[in-house]
Amino acid sequence: MTPSLSRPAGAALETHDLAKRYGSTVALAGLSMTVEHGEVFGFLGPNGAGKTTAIKLLLGLARPTGGSGTLLGAPLGDRAVRRRVGYLPELFRYQPWLQAREVLRLHCELAGLARPTWPAEVGAALRTVGLEDRADDRVAAFSKGMQQRLGLAVALLGRPEIVFLDEPTSALDPMGRVDVRNVILEARAAGMTVFLNSHLLTEVEKVCDRVAFVDRGRVVSAGRLEEVLGEPAVRLRVSGLDAAGEAALGTFGPVARDGEWLVIRPLAPEHVPDVVETVVRHGGRVHAVDPGRASLEDRFLALMAGPDPSRGDDRPTTAA
Amino acid sequence: MPAFLVIARLTIHEARRRQLLRVLAVLTIVSVGLTAWGVDGLVREARSGGTEELFIQLGSSQILIFAAFMFSFVLAMTAAFLGAPAIAADIESGIALALLARPVRRADIVVGRWLGLAAVIVAYAGVSGLLEIWAVSLVTGYLPPRPWLAVGFLAFESLIMLTLALLLSTRLSAIAAGAVTVVAFGLTWILGVIGGVARALEADAFAQLVNLARSALPTDSLWRGVVYGLQPPLSVLVETGELRTAMAANPFHATSPPPLPLILYAAGWLVVVIAASIWLLQRREI
Repeated sequence: MTPSLSRPAGAALETHDLAKRYGSTVALAGLSMTVEHGEVFGFLGPNGAGKTTAIKLLLGLARPTGGSGTLLGAPLGDRAVRRRVGYLPELFRYQPWLQAREVLRLHCELAGLARPTWPAEVGAALRTVGLEDRADDRVAAFSKGMQQRLGLAVALLGRPEIVFLDEPTSALDPMGRVDVRNVILEARAAGMTVFLNSHLLTEVEKVCDRVAFVDRGRVVSAGRLEEVLGEPAVRLRVSGLDAAGEAALGTFGPVARDGEWLVIRPLAPEHVPDVVETVVRHGGRVHAVDPGRASLEDRFLALMAGPDPSRGDDRPTTAA
Repeated sequence: MPAFLVIARLTIHEARRRQLLRVLAVLTIVSVGLTAWGVDGLVREARSGGTEELFIQLGSSQILIFAAFMFSFVLAMTAAFLGAPAIAADIESGIALALLARPVRRADIVVGRWLGLAAVIVAYAGVSGLLEIWAVSLVTGYLPPRPWLAVGFLAFESLIMLTLALLLSTRLSAIAAGAVTVVAFGLTWILGVIGGVARALEADAFAQLVNLARSALPTDSLWRGVVYGLQPPLSVLVETGELRTAMAANPFHATSPPPLPLILYAAGWLVVVIAASIWLLQRREI
């Protein structure tokens, strides 16, 4: 995926109070967010939060009922900009009677790629997703996971400036998920912007630069991963540590007690060995060390637990 | 290549890959072969019984018209079965979503699908119709005076059915769109029969009302063009007065070709319904 794409000025994607209503059902209440060029952006939320609706609006596949936005500098719905966009839908199927190679050639043609480039584009896409050996098989014979790999190959054709991946690993085995993670990281290295919608938070945590949590059609939290997850910290379960030792730990940062545990927050990860050494030097015994911060899953659950006790269904909200 | 032509080509490719073209070719050969075999048997029996050649020619023309009616029905069904899922199934399966994420207009999908399926249907109508006429002429010596006109109207009628199925496919499920198309075809045909009988009974006001309802789908009017193209000129000459009126009630007889305004209306109907299909698909949430 080289050479890298040049990064144009302005955001890759920007929305202001983007809304979508189906009759009295509110699918998206007012989405405001910005995605910068070249970043991997995680778009997270529970079922029915409006994530797929948001992607359809961004791609011009559905018309917003409110708000506005731009994609690669063009207003949402601009048809020409789709030449520079890749998309792996959540629920999709390619023509089952076509071969994988034919599907890719079809999308090369529809994307407006120059015909002489098709063989190289198709070959590269097949290699990237590990489908070279099945290139001449019909899609009907593909497992769901292989169809998802093919969908990823279609999305990456022509090195788009931005690629939307809607649950790209939902049908994949653990090896497939690792492959997709590597594909995303390669795409970022090549300068692509990746908009990733996934329920697999551990995957998101490993590849995303920034994330946004969306619930009931609104962004409830957004930022760089480290901002969203909170400051790094260390938790220690120690015994036999005297007051002088506890005071000495205070030189690393604020110390708090959490039952049997001591918590120092914030603490840069590289200082963890020094903290352990200090405890031992003051006669303390270290039973456990838990460096890190809240996981994305912890943060997700905390945000989604929210103040509204009625949460829990999978349905979009209904306007009053 | 423009996106609508890419989709039209894809549609024809689909028909070939899914063995539709092969199946239609086999069905045509079987149908034409069976009809020719049956007509040949009848003609042999008639000639050995001393029947006059004039009556043999008239009988052959009637059998040819019945065979054309069978083809008309088969073509209408084929058009319904091809047109009904053309857009509905693509939306339900997610194929449309993947296509529309490219710089493709919804109009490209409607027009491309229509062009591709129209090519398949017109080719089927043309080949099967002309083969049938040729086979009957081979065994009976009867060649209708206007075979190209008959086949042209047969293809036109199929296009009307295809276009209706495609329109319904933009909003209904494939099964529902197919069912409505088939029922509409049958209703229009029977309205044509009722209108003819009403004219024979000189109930002109009622006949006009029925004709108005029938013109919502111009297939039956075009069917009269098929019949006109197949029947011998002799039968037209012998019709006069009351006989002519009574013959108008017969759906297998036509005293004149469909008038030009009706043909123009049918052509306009195609354009308007395709435009309506585009409009409906543009407003559909996918």
